[in-house]
Amino acid sequence: MNTNRYLGQRIGERDAVISGIGRSVVGRKLGRTGLSLTVESALRAIEDAGLSRDDIDGLSTYPGMMNASPGMSPCGVTDVQDALRLKLNWFSGGGETPAQLGAVFNAVAAVAAGLANHVLVFRTVTESSAQTAHRRASVVGSGGDRIGGPMQWMVPFHAVSAANWVGIYAQRYMHDYGLSREQLGQIPLNQRRHAARYDEAIFREPLSMDDYLGARMVSWPLGLYDCDIPCDGSCALVVSRADAAPDLKQVVRIDAIGSALTGRNSWDQRADLTETAAHDCTKMMWARTDLTIDDVDTVQLYDGFSFLTITWLEALGFFPKGEAGPWLEAGESRIGIGGEVPLNTNGGQLSGGRLHGYGYLYEACAQLRGDATGRQVEGAEVAVVGAGGGPLGGCMILTKDR
Amino acid sequence: MSFQPLPDVTDDSAAFWQGGVDGVLRIHRCRQCSTWFHPPTPVCPECLSMDVGPEATSGRATVQGFSVNMQPWAPDMEVPYVVAVVSVTDAPGVQLTTRLVDVSPDAVTVGMLVEVIFQHVDDIYLPLFRPVIEPSEAS
Ligand SMILES: [Zn+2]
Repeated sequence: MNTNRYLGQRIGERDAVISGIGRSVVGRKLGRTGLSLTVESALRAIEDAGLSRDDIDGLSTYPGMMNASPGMSPCGVTDVQDALRLKLNWFSGGGETPAQLGAVFNAVAAVAAGLANHVLVFRTVTESSAQTAHRRASVVGSGGDRIGGPMQWMVPFHAVSAANWVGIYAQRYMHDYGLSREQLGQIPLNQRRHAARYDEAIFREPLSMDDYLGARMVSWPLGLYDCDIPCDGSCALVVSRADAAPDLKQVVRIDAIGSALTGRNSWDQRADLTETAAHDCTKMMWARTDLTIDDVDTVQLYDGFSFLTITWLEALGFFPKGEAGPWLEAGESRIGIGGEVPLNTNGGQLSGGRLHGYGYLYEACAQLRGDATGRQVEGAEVAVVGAGGGPLGGCMILTKDR
Repeated sequence: MSFQPLPDVTDDSAAFWQGGVDGVLRIHRCRQCSTWFHPPTPVCPECLSMDVGPEATSGRATVQGFSVNMQPWAPDMEVPYVVAVVSVTDAPGVQLTTRLVDVSPDAVTVGMLVEVIFQHVDDIYLPLFRPVIEPSEAS
């Protein structure tokens, strides 16, 4: 009898592969509809996979159409199925998943279960245009209605932004372990160096430590450059049955998924305020793979806020608990391209734009396929992608086809 | 009217959101195994008994982590202000997100002892917290 809670009957994610990837143009205030951006990324992903529209029999997205939050998710399954007249055997769209990558996990599960052969997965944002139009930061509770659900425990106290919630975690980590602002700043500086090497990143001009430290505070200890930037854009991928992918030369294998949520699903009830759901889902991922941290060639980890990347790196085991500060001090030789653990090689969300989890997945695939022009990690064969923060997280370990 | 979003009160949450009417911070507790828990739900997360309900606490708590918000997220928001997670002294394992008042942001520390002070808006009594002034310190 299997006593490992993280192992099922089999590692079903290995029955699925990422057969193609696509990105729309990504930028600030593009003034295009979400559906337009989605069609662009979707058609690119289908073509990249060597498939045609008629091959797509599954559709999956996160978090599904959201009318109430402008720009957060401007189109869903219904829009895309109809626009492309897809003939679907299976589809799913929603936000109650192991963070943003949940839509990918759903697609993998559908393929592994035999419900679909080729699932188109997409994530689209038009937050930059929406904020311009409505002059509205992503603030919960500004609508005037009474608040239910998890937000009710934070927003009435003016803890309205994720900058506040993550700020509390960062403060406690600094208090417990002596992490400094300079050490934390290595993350945004690293991402900016990488953005300079990627012409599709948004913020590419050099960022110095003085710029970082001198920028205005948003929610201490998080300053302007600790926060990612809203953008317009869409990422898509095709998840295919491993034995049905047309071009095996470029497929990316999914060695293991981490989708666990074993701790409190909350920003404030975790006993250890320096740990997040990343600590739950990474345990599951490592339990389902024979690969180890020494095999990992590059990591693409959530940086909606700089501190969240620290929680991912720590949860994955790159350094002992509490030792992020000294580890990060090595800067470029540690987390740069050519360094020990190349991190967010496309500039992440901090410099590349908030594609909300899917920019990391796209970049991991590009690296493993050897397509990361100007920023390629030499010989990259194993990548870890982790998305989410606080109460929710999901991760994958991906490999080049061998 | 200033920026003040309010919670939706349910049967489960009424004692928490409206306990301030008589100045008491009430937290859910199991009547079978005595476990405290939050947010309030109809079942004990430990023994799964549904014999649960609100119980009075002293209203004291300890700061576990905080952030000094500097950015006005709404036009009529006054900054800076301090948001914090505090652990409720009488209710082991229960933490609350709150706003600290009557304290300079520079003076807040992890481990600081605080006490509840309710802000009354409409039918809601928001449990904010302020530093405990020990009798020896008051002059
Ligand atoms: Zn009980």
